[in-house]
Amino acid sequence: MAKRIEDLKVIGNKRLTNDFFILELLGNTKIPDFKAGQFAQVRVDGSPETFLRRPISIHDVDFDKNSFKILIQIAGKGTKTLSELGNGDILNLIYPLGNSFSLPFKNEKVLLVGGGCGIAPLLFLARYLKSNGNIPEILLGFRNSERIIEFEEYSKIGPVFVTTEDGSMGEKGYVTSHSVFSARQYDRIYCCGPETMMKAIASYCKKRNISCEVSLENLMACGIGVCLCCIVDTVKGNLCTCVDGPVFNINDLKW
Amino acid sequence: MVNLGFSIGDLHFKNPVLTASGTFGYGSEFDDFLDISKLGGIILKGTTVEPREGNPYPRMAETPSGMLNAVGLQNKGIEYFENIIYPRVLNYKTNIIVNVNGSYIEDYVALAERIDKLEKIPAIELNISCPNVKMGGMAFGTNLVSAREVTREVRAVYSKKLIVKLSPNVTDIVDFARVVEEEGADSVSLINTLLGMSVDVVNMRPALSTITGGLSGPAIKPVALRMVWQVANAVKIPVIGVGGIMSVSDALEFLLAGASAIQIGTASFIDPQAAVNIVKGIEDFLERKGFSDVKQIIGYINRSD
Repeated sequence: MAKRIEDLKVIGNKRLTNDFFILELLGNTKIPDFKAGQFAQVRVDGSPETFLRRPISIHDVDFDKNSFKILIQIAGKGTKTLSELGNGDILNLIYPLGNSFSLPFKNEKVLLVGGGCGIAPLLFLARYLKSNGNIPEILLGFRNSERIIEFEEYSKIGPVFVTTEDGSMGEKGYVTSHSVFSARQYDRIYCCGPETMMKAIASYCKKRNISCEVSLENLMACGIGVCLCCIVDTVKGNLCTCVDGPVFNINDLKW
Repeated sequence: MVNLGFSIGDLHFKNPVLTASGTFGYGSEFDDFLDISKLGGIILKGTTVEPREGNPYPRMAETPSGMLNAVGLQNKGIEYFENIIYPRVLNYKTNIIVNVNGSYIEDYVALAERIDKLEKIPAIELNISCPNVKMGGMAFGTNLVSAREVTREVRAVYSKKLIVKLSPNVTDIVDFARVVEEEGADSVSLINTLLGMSVDVVNMRPALSTITGGLSGPAIKPVALRMVWQVANAVKIPVIGVGGIMSVSDALEFLLAGASAIQIGTASFIDPQAAVNIVKGIEDFLERKGFSDVKQIIGYINRSD
């Protein structure tokens, strides 16, 4: 898939919580045939202290409307600046970048596990799986009920389970302790979230021989495989998160 | 029509814009963004004799107007280069230059001998200034005796154009430029990254696995420009300026200060089309100012009129 560098028009900026917002961007020409798991390198204009682009997952795609969404957590000055964009503003993107989640076999029972901002790449994946006849179950973990995001969107696709660390919604604790893991069996798990969470899920999957892919978020400069900064130590040697990932099969990682 | 060409000896470049080693991969990574044949040349990722995995993660930290890297010359070695990379790049219609690195002088010599045999590689850039390797690299480029020795020994075996990339982490970079010129370098490129560091306050740890790393980006441009000006006034061989060039205006500053050509580095990470845009911008500037040849503005600031 050819990579593009484009100025895109913002056609929506929806604040979800204090920390999270979603930008909707309209394609200039026909938007690319995005694959679930891909990301964009977003240039941050108007924030002199932000030098590098910010890698942001493709959250959702609307091919009919020729638009797509990126979900962003305000983590510093760069993302704060992005949060202030309004309709009609222009955002420069290099996209679509990275590999994608591999698809399940027919009739496989699939679980998506997302933690915090890690839920971002899973919505488009969930939608894609459903359109291919495989309705995934979805497990989302958050710190507390005030930080829950995109619950309604996920609920439109499949059954959603929630954990919060303080028990203010769903089961109390981390996603890894949720009762779905004792009550049900899955053939395939897709996961994105904090590294400790992904490692715990990976360990669960390895013990039970469940196929599992995780989406990693490493510090990145170029996003196109030339700076070699975002490396992951794998059984195949150092690989780049940006071009060899961000999606990795857990069997390739040294976890 | 403006003439943008420049030469190192009898090696002609169609324009003075090259891409800096380590920021442009092996070229093909940029195929979706630009036409490589529009560039004066590309300098490929640093190559060593043996494959190298480089330094552990984290290798990068963003800094005000720049970034630190501690990649540590990750590459697949010269054999992989000869067999896999070379066949891929030999048809590019621009000058393909290999950046050469080693831990010992023998490594540099062995690489130079092998690359000398590759017909479509008209020049090497001798990297005696990488700050991110435990042995070699910057150690050669911060000691006048070893800078002289490595240049001399490579010169003895390498028949094509020899560019030596200088380190800014020295007391007087002019001394190094003079020494490598005396030993037969055909050109010098400067500057490599400035040694720097960054601390992650939240985790109370160094931001880089190696603690220190190489600073690049616009933060280093004034330092690079000053050094290029000093060196250009001290040597006869062409000087290639590199360090924080993001825009056409930045590139012109280096040419006006005495650089015969420039390299685009970190800018390609933010704008993968930066290098071609800068070629066009230099041409437009010259036309607007009524110059017919880019050589007319090289070192222009030194004019007394």
